[in-house]
Amino acid sequence: MTNIVVAVKYVPDATADRTFDSSDNTVDRENVDGLLSELDEYAVEQALKVVEEGDGEVTVLTVGPDDAADAVRKALQMGADKGVHVNDDAIAGSDAFATSLVLAKALEKLEYDFVFFGMASTDGGMGVVPTLVAERLGLPAVTLGGEITVDGDSVTIKRDGDVATQEVQGSGKLVVSVTDQTGEARYPSFKGIMAAKKKPVEEWDLSDLGVDASEVGLDAAWTKVVSTEPRPPRTAGEIITDEGDGGTKLVEFLASKKFV
Amino acid sequence: MSEVIVLVDVVDGNATKPSLELLTIARKIGEPSAVVFGADVPASLAEHGAEKIYQLDDAVYGEYLVGPKAEALTKIVTDASAAAVLVPSTTEGKEIAARVALKTESGLITDAVDVSVDGDTVTTTQSVFAGNFTVDAQVTKGIPVIAVKPNSVAPEAASGAGTVEAVSVDVSDAAKGAKIVSTKEKAASGRPELTEAAIVVSGGRGTGGDFSEVEAFADTLGAAVGASRAAVDSGWYPHSFQVGQTGKTVSPQLYVANGISGAIQHRAGMQTSKTIVAVNKDEEAPIFELVDFGVVGDLKTVLPQATEAAKARKG
Ligand SMILES: Cc1cc2nc3c(=O)[nH]c(=O)nc-3n(C[C@H](O)[C@H](O)[C@H](O)COP(=O)(O)OP(=O)(O)OC[C@H]3O[C@@H](n4cnc5c(N)ncnc54)[C@H](O)[C@@H]3O)c2cc1C
Ligand SMILES: Nc1ncnc2c1ncn2[C@@H]1O[C@H](COP(=O)(O)O)[C@@H](O)[C@H]1O
Repeated sequence: MTNIVVAVKYVPDATADRTFDSSDNTVDRENVDGLLSELDEYAVEQALKVVEEGDGEVTVLTVGPDDAADAVRKALQMGADKGVHVNDDAIAGSDAFATSLVLAKALEKLEYDFVFFGMASTDGGMGVVPTLVAERLGLPAVTLGGEITVDGDSVTIKRDGDVATQEVQGSGKLVVSVTDQTGEARYPSFKGIMAAKKKPVEEWDLSDLGVDASEVGLDAAWTKVVSTEPRPPRTAGEIITDEGDGGTKLVEFLASKKFV
Repeated sequence: MSEVIVLVDVVDGNATKPSLELLTIARKIGEPSAVVFGADVPASLAEHGAEKIYQLDDAVYGEYLVGPKAEALTKIVTDASAAAVLVPSTTEGKEIAARVALKTESGLITDAVDVSVDGDTVTTTQSVFAGNFTVDAQVTKGIPVIAVKPNSVAPEAASGAGTVEAVSVDVSDAAKGAKIVSTKEKAASGRPELTEAAIVVSGGRGTGGDFSEVEAFADTLGAAVGASRAAVDSGWYPHSFQVGQTGKTVSPQLYVANGISGAIQHRAGMQTSKTIVAVNKDEEAPIFELVDFGVVGDLKTVLPQATEAAKARKG
């Protein structure tokens, strides 16, 4: 019996025009369509694979506004068994520290052997929430696995670094983060979509977790954004069509810029 | 002056260039103290202004993922009443920084591309949303813990005392939960390091799996080679060379994209390059929106010609 909680985030669509809320410099989450972070789909996929090979349950956990229910639903459609959605107005604008606090408190209420995370969220993208949750829960973190092998209560990951490939192992209760090198995540099947409608989703707010509103949200953040500036558009460059001399012209351009 | 604790990376006995950049930034904030894990203390640290060098030479740091290093760094930061902590914005650096920040109840900023100092105020600059926005931020709690990207400043020489202080820390069992069971070194490519290179020449699905033209052109320019995720996923080039959201962010003087369409996730890793050049068969490819110079054509003929032309110019 292996129980896995997968932490997933609802994020603004990366292919839309993402921007900031001009009043408080937080990410504008209202005027952009959101979805389950693509990078968290890999974590859901790996958790499902582990449970399918033996037995156990996959619970998806998200912290986010009303719309974040979409992220939970998508994971349930993929095959997760149940969902937990922590939703409280006071959480809006939380930084990674506050998010990790809420996640850690929620995890304390859940039964699990492992917690799986994505490698980074596709919006804020600090990639530190898994480590922070592990630090708060006093758990080891086996992070950035490109290959995940679960054997009883131990997890071995293969990590592809710059100078070396490493195998890292942890056992007991563990935090695991999963990269996009682990293999394609499945699409929900029609059956999965229908089944998801009957799967239980718990809604928790801060009082359910014993977290005080003053510990989260924008005002509790340990950093502040002082300004946001759109990148100046690149000035239109010169585009030529190769007529047998494209390579030569390219090098002439590079030479004019002193690159050759 | 207060100490600024700088975590440095030492590879084959030498401090990496990003580490020397961190020392340069640290001098703007206070007095740089380098932290070195391992047996080697490179002379370049003192030559770039390190007044103190804390050396932690214990096998435990190589046997586990970041836990032991994070505990050791926290102790050094606390004992020194440090004014700030700077680490390289690598995967390991960020994980160590996250744990140190939480343990010391300090704010954390990752992936800074610039750090400026005005009196006691440290302001960082980050590039977000695939490089479409620049964000300035400050730490408001504890001391600033900042993970800085390579190429943020030019390393400046400055003579520091470089006094080595051996530090030993009793690492808790809790920090030893993620054990490194095997390490397989990779063969060096012989090319410049991707994130530090002045020029990057990269290839995508349009190479059709053969990177020889891309590599040949890179070598005439003394460039690093990069790849799109499509090329990496197809097994044509190793993952450590992937440029983009889930690969490396590069910001070279010159980026040459070959057979790469320019998806938002790829742009996220190269959009801040100074000069961008692309070769692509499809004149509609979004990469052409970014370029200073673009060639609509087949890379299989354009690149070999460019390689010859570049060689001819070098004589
Ligand atoms: C969460 C997430 C993270 C991602 N992270 C990354 C990332 O880090 N890095 C990354 O690169 N992508 C990433 N992607 C994938 C990204 O969306 C694109 O799929 C990918 O960048 C496409 O690679 P490509 O440009 O090589 O291939 P394609 O989009 O297929 O483009 C190939 C191009 O080559 C051109 N071409 C074909 N033949 C030739 C020829 N003979 N000569 C010249 N041109 C030719 C074609 O016209 C085309 O424009 C990510 C996606 C997701 C969802
Ligand atoms: N609000 C959230 N709710 C649930 N999981 C989250 C949330 N934010 C981050 N995570 C998890 O932490 C990972 C890393 O996020 P980040 O540190 O923001 O890049 C994500 O891939 C998710 O697995």
